[in-house]
Amino acid sequence: MRPADDLLVRALRAPEGVATLSLAQWDRLVRQARHAGLLARLHGRLDALGLVDAIPDPARWHFEAATTLAHKQQVAVRWEVGQIRDALATLDGPMVVMKGAAYVIAGLPAARGRLFNDIDILVPRRLLNQAEAALMLAGWHASGLSAYDERYYRRWMHEIPPMRHLRRATVIDVHHAILPDTARDFPDPEKLLGRIVPVAGLPRVYVLSAEDRILHSATHLFHDGELPHGLRDLSDLDLLLRHESAAAGFWPRLVARAGELQLGRPLFYALRYARHFLATPVPAEVWDALRPAAPSPLLLRVMDGMFSRALAPLHASCDDALSPLARQAAYVRAHWLRMPAHLLLPHLFHKAFVSPWQDAESPRAA
Amino acid sequence: MKLLQLPHAELRERLRDTGIWLRTGPFSLQIRSRVPSVAEGLAELYGQFEVRHPRETFADFHVEVNAPGALRRWLRPQVDFSFDGQLPFKPLPYGQAYPMLEWGLNWCVSMHAHHYLVIHAAVVEKNGGAAILPAPPGSGKSTLTAGLVLSGWRLLSDELALVDRRSGMIHPLPRPVSLKNASIPLIRAFSPEAFINRPSHDTAKGTVAHMRPPKESVRRQHEPARPAWVIFPRWIAGATTALTPRSPAQTFMFLAQNAFNYSHLGADGFRTGTRLIDEVACYDFAYSRLDEAVRTFDRLADAHAGAD
Repeated sequence: MRPADDLLVRALRAPEGVATLSLAQWDRLVRQARHAGLLARLHGRLDALGLVDAIPDPARWHFEAATTLAHKQQVAVRWEVGQIRDALATLDGPMVVMKGAAYVIAGLPAARGRLFNDIDILVPRRLLNQAEAALMLAGWHASGLSAYDERYYRRWMHEIPPMRHLRRATVIDVHHAILPDTARDFPDPEKLLGRIVPVAGLPRVYVLSAEDRILHSATHLFHDGELPHGLRDLSDLDLLLRHESAAAGFWPRLVARAGELQLGRPLFYALRYARHFLATPVPAEVWDALRPAAPSPLLLRVMDGMFSRALAPLHASCDDALSPLARQAAYVRAHWLRMPAHLLLPHLFHKAFVSPWQDAESPRAA
Repeated sequence: MKLLQLPHAELRERLRDTGIWLRTGPFSLQIRSRVPSVAEGLAELYGQFEVRHPRETFADFHVEVNAPGALRRWLRPQVDFSFDGQLPFKPLPYGQAYPMLEWGLNWCVSMHAHHYLVIHAAVVEKNGGAAILPAPPGSGKSTLTAGLVLSGWRLLSDELALVDRRSGMIHPLPRPVSLKNASIPLIRAFSPEAFINRPSHDTAKGTVAHMRPPKESVRRQHEPARPAWVIFPRWIAGATTALTPRSPAQTFMFLAQNAFNYSHLGADGFRTGTRLIDEVACYDFAYSRLDEAVRTFDRLADAHAGAD
């Protein structure tokens, strides 16, 4: 596997090391962390360990500004979740907040220094139309997708097209499952909904259970092709795992739940690459228990080659000759897992040859 | 070393290769470009700014203005602005490469510099008092700014008022002044000293050119200024020059709405904004003649010097 020795990864794994960085290395570290969306999180880590004074003056404001933004986003996310809840007040079922916004409202360490692009929610499939109509009434509308993308979402995806608020421009992703129906493994959303947890201080709002939250994060990262934020999501997983593993019986519960939801494989990858990049502690018996879910040695070598590059910070200074290929392969793989070949090939053809042409012809923003 | 001391061939060589390291106000830039009009624009407008060895180790913003893919070079040639590999804008026609660099640099500051309250406004200073000129496009803000800095006022910024969140002082960022359409000949006629570069036509803002910042403003680019006035200029054809007080509360609301990051700063944005409003006198300013406008501003500055 390509060693995980990029500056950012090293700083997250062993923050004490920043004390010896040269100014040129700080230049690279700031750029890598900004691209990975991890400036504020790294700042928080350095702050917690009393290491902020190691940041040289020219670099300091970059960290402070990112932390300012992260604080603001946490307040905004909390408020926005309240708005969504009010919009969905008449929904005949639970509203479940997932991913980053869930870490914030559940008060988890994974919320620290987290930056947001959107808020993910899950509603029971039978209530999807009702939820969409209620959100539209409150000002969220499907954002400008091409007719092709719109059809693609509606027909094949586990979420409806992203909805953007007319005035605040906040974006919600409304899901009815965590993977598309066409995916090779399809964790039953009813099982997830069966274990949801209410949120203190936010009546009628739920989050996934601790194990399901980790499995969803792993699935999103390793099945969904969400790689632009790959290292940030891996860092989320690292923080979630370190936090939850303090609870007695956590690891056996996690492995058992992965089996129930057919998500052993993404959990295996999540633990493998969290350990590789961020030295996440995983007990030996967990690897034994996950052996049936592990890929063949040959496939694993391919995956290692791919993910050790595709999950590195998305910055030119972290790339080697194979990085672009690895990212491309990860993108295709995620699609391969989501839909059978007779659907996938026309889709990738459209994305490669038709969409760029349409984008180039569409009117440009100022 | 100043940029003008760099031979043009070397400037172009550096821009193509390692990039040029430039200091503008509180920010250090690393700029790369193979586009000749970018090298020309930098040479003409940034001569007084400090450059350092290309191996300078830290820069706040690493930017690039270059043509995308090979095919495009022949068919409707375009340029992209890249912020460290990220493309925040759609490409523009090749002829607009230089204004795109300026717009891109404004974007870098307004999107990232949250250690300041960043307000969309010009700032000029005289006798120790800074005048903040916030205004919607078309109000003649840049024309007035150019007229003032050609008449002895110090340029702090043409677009971005950087309010220090701790001290309340305004930090200079005296990059070139952007002039549009009729302002270009007007400023040329106003002062023979003005250097304005070659205009780019048919941009989203019409015809655009940039005026070189005064040497003295660049020399003092690390010297913050205390805010003294917030003045809303409005150019009205045939209007008599009129400076009228306006409500501080309304002014505050306008500044908050026209700040790039007011809401990002939370309570601190409110504190910084109210402190600013407490320190300044607020005016509306109507004018049609630039020389009269400058005289009105000079009287304010004289009164300010007397008050100190």
